[in-house]
Formats: sequence, structure tokens, C-alpha cells
Amino acid sequence: MRALTWHGKHDVRVETVDDPEIVNDRDAIIKVTSTAICGSDLHLYDGVIPAVQSGDILGHEFMGEVVETGSASTLTKGQRVVVPFTIACGGCFHCEIQQYSCCENSNPAEKQDMSAALYGHPMAGLFGYSHLTGGYSGGQAEYVRVPFSDVGPIVVPDSLTDDQVLFLSDILPTGWMGAQNAEIQPDDTVAVWGCGPVGLFAIQSAIAMGAARVIAIDHYPHRLALARGLGAHTVNFRESNLQEALMEMSGGIGLDAVIDAVGMEAHGFAIDNMLDVAKQTVGIGADRAHALRQAILAVRPGGRVSVPGVYGGMVDKFPLGALMEKGLQLRTGQTHVQRYTHDLLKKIENGEIDTTFLISHRLPLEDAAEGYKNFSSKQNEWTKVILKPGMERTAA
Amino acid sequence: MTTDMKTKAGTLTGVSVALGAAAVGAWLATRDRKHHPDNAPGWTQRRSFGRYEVVGRTVTIRKERAELFAYWRDFSNLPRFMFNLDRVENRADGRTAWFMQDHGGDIIEVDTEVVKDVQNKLIAWRSVEGSDVDTEGRVTFDDAPGDRGTRVSLIIAYKPRGGAIGKIMSKLFMDDPRTHARHDLKRFKMLMETGEIATSANRPQNTRAAQKQEN
Repeated sequence: MRALTWHGKHDVRVETVDDPEIVNDRDAIIKVTSTAICGSDLHLYDGVIPAVQSGDILGHEFMGEVVETGSASTLTKGQRVVVPFTIACGGCFHCEIQQYSCCENSNPAEKQDMSAALYGHPMAGLFGYSHLTGGYSGGQAEYVRVPFSDVGPIVVPDSLTDDQVLFLSDILPTGWMGAQNAEIQPDDTVAVWGCGPVGLFAIQSAIAMGAARVIAIDHYPHRLALARGLGAHTVNFRESNLQEALMEMSGGIGLDAVIDAVGMEAHGFAIDNMLDVAKQTVGIGADRAHALRQAILAVRPGGRVSVPGVYGGMVDKFPLGALMEKGLQLRTGQTHVQRYTHDLLKKIENGEIDTTFLISHRLPLEDAAEGYKNFSSKQNEWTKVILKPGMERTAA
Repeated sequence: MTTDMKTKAGTLTGVSVALGAAAVGAWLATRDRKHHPDNAPGWTQRRSFGRYEVVGRTVTIRKERAELFAYWRDFSNLPRFMFNLDRVENRADGRTAWFMQDHGGDIIEVDTEVVKDVQNKLIAWRSVEGSDVDTEGRVTFDDAPGDRGTRVSLIIAYKPRGGAIGKIMSKLFMDDPRTHARHDLKRFKMLMETGEIATSANRPQNTRAAQKQEN
């Protein structure tokens, strides 16, 4: 089959690799009809996530048709399914309490050591996201082996298009959980750092949860326009003094809740960020946490800090004093996708949520490398790239 | 076996007192209360265990004690989750032969006897004279607090040596028995909780189980 494989920083290629087969009884094989490039794939593309190996198939947002099932799979051939990016066994303590992204059994035993050494506990398995999270082949391919297929994949009705439901795999539940972790109350003023896909869905979710005002922060005009289209107020941090603007826009109170949808590769020329960039460049495992630092300073005393943005290492100059002295709550984590897919699918079916506004480009899988390049370098216009394995290539 | 093993046999009485399987649990699981009045398991102590290396590891599994005990007590099941264990043979005299594959692919035989067997609670074993390796171990099954299932602890003591046997030990465990204990227990948990062992291999012939490859 054809698949998008990683070979190093800014080097991804579409190659021919072995087709996957059923390995365990609970597996299914999915023939991919749509798959997306995620903002967090750019962390892999930029080489800031460790333990990616040459030849690894990337991609964790995908959906398709069930073409093969193991003897214990509950899926049947021909079903159309969206697959959560978090692999969950359904049988461990964390799955039982719906903390699916903390699943204890989905990361192979011999792959757990690295994340256990880094974080004190091993991570769960994720599709296409380095050997820290299991080394599972990802969805930017014609076929994917899906383990524990009786737990994760959600069957979608034929009345909905791929574009309408694909984002149930990651970014829609991630934005939703980001807003839920901010414990949004009616009358709240909430700010969201980053108007990428997760930030935009967090904005949409915060509004759906009843926030009185949502302030969107970015520096790409087109992304800010998309946020305005959802009903958010916006601030371009390149053009205004962000802290002052946020204080004024919240009536001198500060924000009730803040959401960092940026994560480890923050942009900007503030001194802390430039130092972080330098450290990340020389590869000493440092994250760029500029957005999170700003968010912690901007939130009101007693407020809530939610972090759906991805971090992987350490940060310096973390405003721990502000966190303590202001009595803040901090909640974060990889998304417990399986907890949200059912309810969010209903909201899509009922027309309460429409995610298709986000899609800027649709490409054949064969052009995936070009998609990475443009998604990385033209972030203003390339808001979301969908790859379609069967799609005809147009002359470049 | 060799002179080395005879020496071992000669000291076996002493070893039995210090580390004999009946005593090993107490020796490993309790501290000198006068000097260390805490509840940390014995194998986490920052001290020497004499000529023995001691490895201990605990996992919590959401299954009943009896079910987990029964699966482990049938030693023929062990190679399903202990990937360096090639096969287990029960001998007529009640002893068990464990055939372990070392890093280089050679098979090493460890003859053991069960020295303590408490239904649904504890299995302890030790290598017997003539075995390639001087080791003993125990696995315990305890109810976890609340409704969390069962705590399974695996404790292994072994004597690293110079010479041929030292080489066997280091080849067998790649100098890190901790890795084995950890991986074996994680896979036992996977098998019991999910019915299978997680793998990112995309084809059956590429799994570590198929290749009997620990690392």
C-alpha cells in the first residue's frame, strides 16, 4: 500500500510499504477514505518529538471502511467508522473511569519504558505518533491496523459526509475537552490562545457551553477571521499589547478561564520564547511555553487554566508563583476521545456543530508531503489539510 | 555441574537460612524495624542484599485473585507473557524445568521446585542443584484496596557470578532483570485485562511474541 512515512526533520515521503494484517483477535483493518494532517503532526515534522524512527507511518486523524476483522472485533466489514487517535483497551482501571488517553494496556510493554522514565508513568498508545506512544502505524495510508477495534471506532451514518465527521477522531473532541477542562460557566469571559483547528473548536465549544464572551488570540489574520466567524472577539498579539488588551477586554477583572491551544512550538519574539527557541533548536528537550506563561498571567485570581496544546518536555521560568498565589486550577491531558465521540456525533447529526468551515485543502494522499510543507509554512491560508487516498492527482 | 555449582551446593544450607524460599518473603518484604520503621517493601531498600541481586515489581490488575492465581499456577501459561521463556516442562518428581532463551538465542535450562504454594495467594520457587542458574522468586496475589482488583508482586533474587554462570546470567537478563520483571508483569496484566498482548507490529510474524524477542 501507499503511506506517508517520516525520514527526518522536514523529510516525509509517500512510499510503498507492506499492507497491514490482523495480528490480534480484537483488531480490525480500515481502508482509509479520509485522513488529516494535525497541528501536532507538525511537531513530528519539525523534529521536536523524540523517538520517531525512519519509515514510521504518520497520521492519527483518519476514518474509512472496515475491510477485515479479527475474531473478537465487534465491527463488521463494510461499516464506515471514525477512529479515535487514542488507543484504549476498555479493560483497565483508566478505561473504566473513561480516562481513555491514560489506558494502561495499549502501549506495548517494551515501548512503555521511555515515557515512564520521562513522565513517571507510561503513556497510552497513539496512532502514528512516535515510539513513545507505541510506534503504531498511522492513518496517512491506504490501510491501517486498528487494535481494540471493539472499543475505539465509532460507526457513522451514510447520511453524513467524511468532511462532517472526520474531526471526531481528534481535534473536535480535543477542542471540546479543552473547553470542558476550563469549567466554563455562563457569564464567563474566556480567552483561547491559538486559532488553529483545536483552538477554533475550543472557541466553538466554549460558546456552545454558554460563555458570555470568548476572546481568540493569534497572529494570522485569516485564522482570526475564522474565529470571528464563530462569534469570538479577537486580538492579534503582533499588533496589540496582549496583557493590557486582555485586562481591558475583561473590564479589569482578568479572564475567568484561559485555554492554551498552542502548545510546545509557540511563536513570538518575547525574551522567554527566544530562549526557549534556542534550547529547542539545540535539542535539549525544552518546550516553548510562551502562550501558557501569558495565559497564567492573564487569568483572574481563582480562575481556570486548560491546556489542550501538546507539551512533551520541560519548561523554564514557569510562573509557578502566579499559579499558587492566584489560586488557579490547571487541567490538561491528551484527549479522552472515546468519552466524547457519541455525544459529539449526535450534535453533528442535529446540526448543532459544523466543522467543515475549517477545511482549506483536499489533496490526494500522493501529495501528502506537499501538504505538510504548506501546512507548516503557510499557516494563514492552510488551516486544515484533508488527504484522500483514492483522489485523482491534478497536474502540479 | 561444575565445581562452581558444588560450591553453591555446599553453601546451600547457609543460603537457605538467609534466603531460603520459605524465608525469602520475610527477608525481602520486611525491614529491620528498629532502624527503619516504615512500610516500604523490602526490595525498595537502599541497601545490599549480600551476594544476591533482588528485583521486585508490582502491578494492579482488574481481575479476581483466584483467576490470576490459577493462570499463573499453570506454568505452561507463562511463556505467553514471559517472552524469554521458551517452554516449561513438568517433571515426574514434581519439579519444573524452565527453558529460557538468552539474548544470543541459546536455550538455558533452569530446574526449579515449588517451595511454597498457598492457594490464590502465593507461589514461591527456587532453582535446584544442577540448574544452570542460581535463582529464586515468588509471586504474590493480594486484594487491592477498594474495587481496584488484585495487586500482583513478582520478586526475584538471583546470584550474579563471574565465570560461565555470570555470563549466562548477564546474557539471560541483559544485565537488567528489572526490565524483564517489568515487561513480563505488564504483559500479564494486558493478557488478563484485555485477552491479548498489545503490539504495534502490522503482521503476525513481526510481533515480539512470534520472534521471542524481549527487547
